Formats: sequence, structure tokens, C-alpha cells
Amino acid sequence: MSSVAQKKGFGATLWDWLTTVDHKKIGILYFLGGGFFFVVGGIEAMLIRWQLHKPNNDFVSAGLFNDLITMHGTTMIFLAAMPILFGFMNAIVPLQIGARDVAFPFINSLGFWMFFFGGLFLNLSWFFQQVPDAGWTSYASLSIASEGHGVDFYAIGLQIAGGGTLMAGINFLVTIINMRAPGMTYMRMPLFTWTTFVASAMILFAFPPLTVGLFFLTFDRMFGGNFFDHTMGGNTIIWEHIFWIFGHPEVYILILPAFGIFSEIFSTFSRKRLFGYPSMVFATVLIGFLGFMVWAHHMFTVGLGPTANAIFAVATMAIAVPTGVKIFNWLLTMWGGSIRVTTPMLYALGFIPSFVMGGVTGVMQGAAPLDYQLHDSYFIVAHFHYVIVGGVVLGILAATHYWWPKMFGTLLDEALGKVTFWFFFIGFHMTFLIQHWLGFWGMPRRVWTFMDGQGWNSANLISTIGAFLMAIGVIVLVYNVIITSVKNVKVANDPWGDGRTLEWAIESPPIYYNFPATPLVRGLDTVWIEKMEGNETGLTPAEPIKDIHMPNGSIIPILMSFGLFIAGFGAMFRTEESWGLPVLIFGLLWTFVAMAARSLQDDTGYYVKKDEILRDLKRKGGQK
Amino acid sequence: MADVQVYKRTPAEQQLAQRRSKKAMRDQVMMFSLMIFLTLVSFSMVVAYEAGVAGFSKYLIIPMVMLFAAVQVGLQLYYFMHMSEKGHGIPQMFMYTGALLGFLIPLTFVTIVWW
Ligand code: HEM
Ligand SMILES: [Cu+2]
Repeated sequence: MSSVAQKKGFGATLWDWLTTVDHKKIGILYFLGGGFFFVVGGIEAMLIRWQLHKPNNDFVSAGLFNDLITMHGTTMIFLAAMPILFGFMNAIVPLQIGARDVAFPFINSLGFWMFFFGGLFLNLSWFFQQVPDAGWTSYASLSIASEGHGVDFYAIGLQIAGGGTLMAGINFLVTIINMRAPGMTYMRMPLFTWTTFVASAMILFAFPPLTVGLFFLTFDRMFGGNFFDHTMGGNTIIWEHIFWIFGHPEVYILILPAFGIFSEIFSTFSRKRLFGYPSMVFATVLIGFLGFMVWAHHMFTVGLGPTANAIFAVATMAIAVPTGVKIFNWLLTMWGGSIRVTTPMLYALGFIPSFVMGGVTGVMQGAAPLDYQLHDSYFIVAHFHYVIVGGVVLGILAATHYWWPKMFGTLLDEALGKVTFWFFFIGFHMTFLIQHWLGFWGMPRRVWTFMDGQGWNSANLISTIGAFLMAIGVIVLVYNVIITSVKNVKVANDPWGDGRTLEWAIESPPIYYNFPATPLVRGLDTVWIEKMEGNETGLTPAEPIKDIHMPNGSIIPILMSFGLFIAGFGAMFRTEESWGLPVLIFGLLWTFVAMAARSLQDDTGYYVKKDEILRDLKRKGGQK
Repeated sequence: MADVQVYKRTPAEQQLAQRRSKKAMRDQVMMFSLMIFLTLVSFSMVVAYEAGVAGFSKYLIIPMVMLFAAVQVGLQLYYFMHMSEKGHGIPQMFMYTGALLGFLIPLTFVTIVWW
């Protein structure tokens, strides 16, 4: 376990990554896994837009179109946006709170591998040519009727990936509650840590409903259940409720970490303390609560009755208030600051108007009577892309540039970063702004093609061109990543020069035990405080250097997840293939054996010796 | 291995700690008796109803038993699971959030799905 750089063979490196429990490496794995699915989902999006670029197009068949929209939505939400955000949370949150790892490193790795195998399972549907086709929401009336195994892939794949998400959420909660460095009170936590905390709490409460819903769906489709079959006394609408009880919090699970990312970026590059920090925290928590009280705004047209619609409309509009508080705080953070427009800051500047537009259309939809006009039209598509792309994806891209040095030790090219931004930003508005009007003009969402002469042609063409501009932006980003990695110019602790939080006080990327000595936190933006008081290192240690306890890596998480992956196929083919049931049992047994192995094994980790830490410090040039 | 730190209490601290644990013990015993008492009352009410004692109607007993149950859960949490002590703010917050959602969501289901 020596930290001295040594050349490892390919096999050893691979083994290291498969068994790692280090939060920084798991962060990178999440980032790469999510990035891969982001590209897959992006290709699906391009195919959708190409199909719709002119009337009466038959580039893809109607069935394939349904496959594409379903997989695009499912992939982007569950397999791209969430995992990439988890990547940043893993890589950064423990550093921000001065911890050496997350609370449960083993479960962290298990969470990643469950996401990975769940995503793989879902996407293997393409090779079976039986792809989920009931929309990312998989309303039961459609999904029960869907033929083939498409929706089975959806139900089981999301079940596995969702289990991983729940674990990740719980892990972050415990980490943030228990592992903060001395002095890091709740009201001194950086905002990215706060938003991770609230998003994780929302995961804790929102994912169990999804699990239940998916189990019902699985039972209805594969085991003869009748939860959603009204002819057998079930109720189709219940799926919609269960899905949205999960689904609405889910959209806030996505946006809150993005809010956190932008809060860090605004204050770093305005060189100012975040304006109204306590109100930011309060707004985050409030959004977290309210997020659970509004799910029926997705169901205004189902026929819940005027009273229910009115209650949920009012609750929905209430969310705009804490969101507005945040917007004003960001603006006031910049007010009077000495602003530096780096690539991350450029994304942050672009985010504000984009996200506000999405919020405004959200409030419009929240007005139940108006939603009767807007529901299931392209207006909805425009709304959620404005909040998700204009909020979450811009946040992800900003964080990619902002924390790239901390994760990979190099700085992405700033000029290319700005090129990416402009292509992406202009393409984004071009694609989705016009879709608001398409909605007003009556174009329904999820249609395979449209007739000529309805006045939709040029708007759809513009939208498609915009999508290609976004794709160019992403390609430039990939190119940027490649040349930066090839050049491999290593950077110092704080390449931005204005870092305020603990991650910027240690090297990029940090050594595997993060902090030679746990830091003492003396306020919000502790590194900034230390620097202002003349402490160049930005850190005050809270303890003398002593032995550090570290967890051992383990291959068991990947084995456990793999068992579930096998069991999924067994469940799916149980009724039509004789090997179905045995494979289901075998897969579950495999997982249980792996769990037992973990429980019986007495693995108490290892210690990094004090001498070794001192040696590392000397090699780095005497960082205190 | 990590160094083991030995920490000695001063006599004053020792006394305070002792007084505190004595009080905690007394509280526990008191609450325990109260809980047993509530359980006995609940059972007796049901027995009284079964035996047809006048005045013990279903509509009295069911809410009463429910009320006692709620009190018992509270006592259990606060006294035996130590939620009344310092440093339990976060678990409390999560439990109340869960309880609130667990109440509101079924309530909406009852009112707008099954009604
Ligand atoms: C001020 C805040 C917001 C309000 C008031 C709001 C309101 C709404 C309403 C009423 C709908 C349902 C429209 C319909 O189907 O007829 C909706 C759909 C949607 N919203 Fe929002 N929203 C807000 C913010 C967000 C955010 C921050 C996100 C994600 C990051 C988001 C993601 C979505 C998605 C994905 C849908 C469409 C789901 C679907 O049917 O496929 N919204 N929003
Ligand atoms: Cu919603």
C-alpha cells in the first residue's frame, strides 16, 4: 500500500478500479459511467430530432420512435444526470467536509456497481430488440399492454439501478452527518454539501415509492399480479400517483446539486462570500419539503376533481418562492464582486436566464386550468428541457470544468471550454425555445411524425438544427478532454486561484487519504479565511499527524450486483423458457452468497503509518 | 495502532454524571410502570367490552386504545430510545418527516383515489 508512484501492469490497474472503495475513484467511475450513458442518450435524442425535422418523415418507424423517446428519457434521468451528479458528490463532498472517505466505502462501491449493471441491463434491451416503449413514465395503462420484454427491461433495470441510488443517498446522509471535520458545523458547510445532503434526504424518501411501484409493475407483467389492471379490480391511476410521488422529488434531486454547484461557482468567481447563505440553506431545505407535496400537478387532467387540483396548484406555485430566493441571492453574490468570467462562470451566467424561463413555464403549468391546454403538448417538453438542460446539464458541464483539476489533476482548455459553452447554449435555446410555440400551436408530445400544412414545419426544423449545435458543443468537450489528458499538464492545489472551500487546500488530485491531518474549520469558506489571515496553505490542522485508518478494497460489490443482473434475466424469461426459474434462483443465490461472504469476513481495514505520511509530505515539498 | 487516550474525570464531573444517571434511571422506571399501566388499561377495556359491561362501547374503546398506543410509541422513542437526550435532532427530523409523509400520502390516496 505504498503511495510512492509505481508503474502497475494493466491487470493490476484494472483490478484496482474494480475493487476500489476510494470515494475519489468511485466518483470518477460514476462520472465515466454517467458520461457514457449521456452520449448514448444524446445519440437517441439526435435520432428523435432527425425523425421530426420534416413532416411525414419515415427515417425511423413508429415503434422504434417510441423505443427512442422512452430510452432517451430513462437514460438521461437515471443513467446520465444522476450518476454524473453522484460522481461529483463522491469526488468532492468528502473533501469539502474534511473527511477521508464516505461513511460506508463498501456500500459506496456497491451503489456504483448496481447502477452500472442496472443501466447495462436496461440498454441490453436494444440487442434483444425488445425495447421499453411506454415512455419514461411508463403509465400502467400502456406498460401493462406493451408486448415483448421491453417494459420488463425497464422495470428490472430501474429496480437494480434504483437500489444503487438509494444506497448512495443513505451513504451521503451518514457521511455528512457524521464525518465533518472539527469546526464544520452545519451552518459552515459549503452549499454543494448542503444540496447533496438535502438531495440525499429526498432520495431516502422518494426512492422507496419507486421501488414499490416497479415491484407492482414487475408482478403485474411477469408474475400474474393485477395491481394496475382495472378489469381485475386493480387501479391504473395508482401507478401514476406512485410514479409521481417519486418523480417530482426526483426532478429536485437533480436540480438541487446543480444549485449547489452554481453557488460554489458564483462565490468563487465573484470572490465574495455567497450572499444570504442562511437563506440559501433554508430555501434548499424548504424546496426539499415542498417537493413532496406537489406530485399531482402532473395529473391535473386525470380528473382528480377541482378541490385536489386547486390544492396541488397552490402547493406547486409555492415552490417558486424559495427558488426565487435563490436566484436573487446568486445575483446579489455577483453584485459588487470582482467577477472573473472563466468557463464555469460562463455556464453559471448562462444558467440564470435559462433556468428562470423554465421556472416561469413551470408556474404556468402549475395553474391547473391552463395546464388543460398545455398538458401533453410540446410546451411540456420545452418546460422540462429548460429546467433540466438549462439547469441540471449546464450545472454538470460547469462542474466538469470547475472540478476537473480536482478529479484528474489537469485543467481543461479554457478557450475550447468557451467554444463548447456557446455552441451548447445557443443550440439549447434554439432547440427548445421554439417548442413552447409548437405546444401552443397544438403539436402533441410523443408523436412519431406530423402532417404537412399545420404550420409546424419550420419550427421543427429549427429545433433539429439547434440539437445539432448542442451535439457539436459536446463533441468539442470530448475533444477538449482528450487533448487535455494527452498533454497531461499537472496543476497545483488551487488552479483557479480563488478557491474558498477545503477541496482547494489539498493537491489535485488528492492523495488517497485526502488529508494528512484532519483540518480545523474556522468558518464558512474556511480556506478563504485562512488565506486572508496570511496562512498560505489554507489549512489549519486539528490534530497531530498520526496513523490513519483506511478501508480495504473489495471485489464483492461487483459480484453482488452481478447476481442481481443474472436474476433479472431469469425473472424476465421465467414463463417462456425452462431455464428462467433456475437462473432467477441462481442469480439471487449468487447475491446472497456474496452478501454472506461479506458478513462473515472480518475485514477491519488497514493503517497508513505515520512515517509514510511524513514521507509523502516531504516528497510534496513540506505542505503542512 | 492509533494511540489510546485516557481521560480522567474530576470529582465534580464524576458527581454530576452520577446524579444524571440516577435521574435517568428513575425516569426509566417511572415510564416503564406507566407503559405497563397503559397496557393493562387497554386490555381491561377490551375485556370489559367483551363481557358487555355497560358504557364500554366500541366507539369509546377504539379511539382510546389508539391514543394509548400513540402515547406508548412516544414514550418508547423518548425514554427508551433516548430521543429526549441531546444530539438526536437529526434522527428526530427524519422521523417526523417520514411520519408526515406517511400520513399525508395515504390521506391523499384515501381522498382522491379511493373515495
Ligand atoms: C418552479 C418550479 C417548477 C414548477 C412550478 C414546475 C411545474 C411543472 C408542472 C405543473 C408539470 C406538469 C405539466 C404537465 O404535464 O401538464 C411539470 C412537468 C415537468 N417538470 Fe416541472 N416544474 C418546476 C421545476 C422543475 C424542475 C426544476 C425540473 C427538473 C429539474 C422539472 C422537471 C419536470 C419534468 C421532467 C416534467 C415532465 C414530466 C413528464 O411528463 O414527462 N420541473 N413541471
Ligand atoms: Cu413536478
